[in-house]
Amino acid sequence: MYVAVKGGEKAIDAAHDWLADVRRGDPAVAELSLAQIREQMSLAVDRVMSEGSLFDLDLAALAIKQSRGDLIEAIFLIRAYRTTLPRFGASHPVETDSMQCQRRISATFKDVPGGQILGPTFDYTHRLLDFKLAAEGLTPADTPTQDTPDLAAERKPHVMDFLNKDGLIETAEATNDTPPDLTREPLELPANRALRLQNLTRADEGFLLGLAYSTQRGYARNHAFVGELRIGKVAIEMDIPELGFSIEIGEMTVTECETVNQFKGSKSEPPQFTRGYGLVFGQCERKAISMALVDRALRWKELGEDFAGAPAQDEEFVLSHSDNIQATGFLEHIKLPHYVDFQSELELIRSIRTAATAALAETKIAAE
Amino acid sequence: MDDQTKRKNWMGLLAKSAPQAVKRLCETLCETYTFEWLRQPETGGVMVRGRTGGTGSAFNMGEVTVTRCSLRLDEGTVGHGYVQGRDKTHATQAALVDALMQTPAADQIETEILQPLRETRARQQVAIQARANATKVDFFTMVRGDD
Repeated sequence: MYVAVKGGEKAIDAAHDWLADVRRGDPAVAELSLAQIREQMSLAVDRVMSEGSLFDLDLAALAIKQSRGDLIEAIFLIRAYRTTLPRFGASHPVETDSMQCQRRISATFKDVPGGQILGPTFDYTHRLLDFKLAAEGLTPADTPTQDTPDLAAERKPHVMDFLNKDGLIETAEATNDTPPDLTREPLELPANRALRLQNLTRADEGFLLGLAYSTQRGYARNHAFVGELRIGKVAIEMDIPELGFSIEIGEMTVTECETVNQFKGSKSEPPQFTRGYGLVFGQCERKAISMALVDRALRWKELGEDFAGAPAQDEEFVLSHSDNIQATGFLEHIKLPHYVDFQSELELIRSIRTAATAALAETKIAAE
Repeated sequence: MDDQTKRKNWMGLLAKSAPQAVKRLCETLCETYTFEWLRQPETGGVMVRGRTGGTGSAFNMGEVTVTRCSLRLDEGTVGHGYVQGRDKTHATQAALVDALMQTPAADQIETEILQPLRETRARQQVAIQARANATKVDFFTMVRGDD
């Protein structure tokens, strides 16, 4: 028998009121502004934009405030908002070689043209808590005075171009194909590399990190070097139909990672290095490196490698479980009312038990 | 520079400048000039693409919020605004500047609005570059004692 149940409205309202209060915290402490979150929690903002798959700093800051700092909840809010936006079109591919780099390092070439630019990095810090930050009202250090740089001369060519010249590394050739879009068509397997990269760039950072780490520990090892890691702003250019030509409609910070991996060769071609690629919204360095390692592991078939049965090689496993909003949606739904489902399970186990008890009693009688 | 390249440049500059900076410079414009809407300001998303391996085929990265509008000045010139973000005033002012740049007011708009925006942007870029260059690594080799 199915009984429709209504109710709980008052409880839900009271719960949401309380949520608003705990979100605000102690009223004696000043409230966070969106500008403060945007400026001072910028890497959290970047993560929410990257996994929320929508570049908008203020919206990401709002989502973080609303979700009490639960970043997956914030990503959920951004994904939900994203679906309400009409799509104006698609940009030209961003050209990362014309990026104004604020960070650009190579782990493979010490003397890379353009130099190793460390940028604002946690690398080489001692990971000791800095109690100076606990004291409020610090004045920022003076910016060092520098010679005025010549912007035009500061363009940084991709490190991979140098290996390309010698034919030591595979090239990435451009085609004019329109890439498949996960937000318009459901994921279908097998996926091509463009679809995999879209899935990976919006994937959960923790999931990708774990998979990438598994490849380093030996599950489909492909021995990656970071050929280049760069962070900076790129222009977003789009064709405008009413103008009949393209214009730059904005710019965004992105993180790009290119890995150099072990060789592929064949009877007709000499061995050369292979590559993995990561490109992520905002400053998300760990994610970009992880993405490149997982991208490379997923390319086993195309590169003629063996399937070692490793999770990072398994396209269906990786692509179906990488999205934290899909994952959390399915995981968290099991805490919502399942009274009717569970009622039927109860009925079932009771009838099975009755039958089993009766059968047991019969065997006992027969034995006596 | 041909007219199309010039227009491309000023539209890109307006889109990439901070909404507050554009607003400050354009405050009086909206009062001075009247226009009619061809398309009211609306916010939407643009799918941003990247290139596989930095140089290869396109893939979809994710969207960016964009606000656009189109307007016609009373004397007939049409202007379009496409700016990153959700600021409708920013888009309106970009469209107005775009229209005025095609009229005899162009020189005045160029000096009073575009030039200051261009200078602000150049200043910001130079500051970032200087900061980045200060973190450039100078390697030095230790002299070996045995040769």
